[in-house]
Amino acid sequence: MSKTSRTSVTVPASAKKGAIIEIRAIAQHDMESGFRYTESGKLILRDIIRVFTCSYNNIEVFKADFYPGIGANPLIIFTTIALESGTLEFKWVGDDGYEAVNQAHITVS
Amino acid sequence: MKIPFTLLPKRHHVTRRMWLGRMQKLGLFALGTYLIPSLVFAKKEDAVAAIQKIIGGAKIETQRVTLVIPPLVENGNLVVLKVSVESPMTTDDYVRAIHVIAEGNPLPNIFTAYLTPRSGTATVTTRVRLADSQRVWAIAQMSNGSFYQGYAETLVTLSACTELV
Repeated sequence: MSKTSRTSVTVPASAKKGAIIEIRAIAQHDMESGFRYTESGKLILRDIIRVFTCSYNNIEVFKADFYPGIGANPLIIFTTIALESGTLEFKWVGDDGYEAVNQAHITVS
Repeated sequence: MKIPFTLLPKRHHVTRRMWLGRMQKLGLFALGTYLIPSLVFAKKEDAVAAIQKIIGGAKIETQRVTLVIPPLVENGNLVVLKVSVESPMTTDDYVRAIHVIAEGNPLPNIFTAYLTPRSGTATVTTRVRLADSQRVWAIAQMSNGSFYQGYAETLVTLSACTELV
């Protein structure tokens, strides 16, 4: 079973070459920790996003492993250097076949 | 008046069997008080084990890593955590990975961020869950194989992972 959800990324539309840009990426996900119980005492199975990656023109520039300690709707803010115009691709992969992809374009002058 | 021995209530006798029973209860009580503190500290040991697994016996220094979390957290379900490492971030000297470990969480690992020289800065912000008032560690793994650590302490009034669904 494959699942996906809404994601959102914030990347500056344009930047000077060599500038450090801040990227924000958020995915809609409950991040069920696997440590919670229902009222009837049944353990709720873990269902989280495991890996987040960011590729800049197909070169991986950032990767993060998530554990249940990450809050619901994981937001991650990081930086990268604007080297060339192109596409940034964001990918979230998680339990139960979860996969989400998002893209952003940047113009570097 | 002399009460015949057989009429005395039975509980006044301390037979060998009763004494053994009492000693057994006392023993269980002593074992209980001995076990409870070890359960509390087990989490911290988990965190230490998780850190050891990352560094693999290497030396760890306490500089260059800054971890920012609010000192007082009302709701442990969503805590903004910012970690930054002082590094020139050049191809020769950069931060390879940042690991965040919480001492008081059921699973000490929170996240691991893998950086490259193209990251520009070694700064990552995210939102984490904290189960208890605790110390949170950040371990930075440098490109030359050295490790640096930093920590922040926080008070959590409402824990994550206690609520029912």
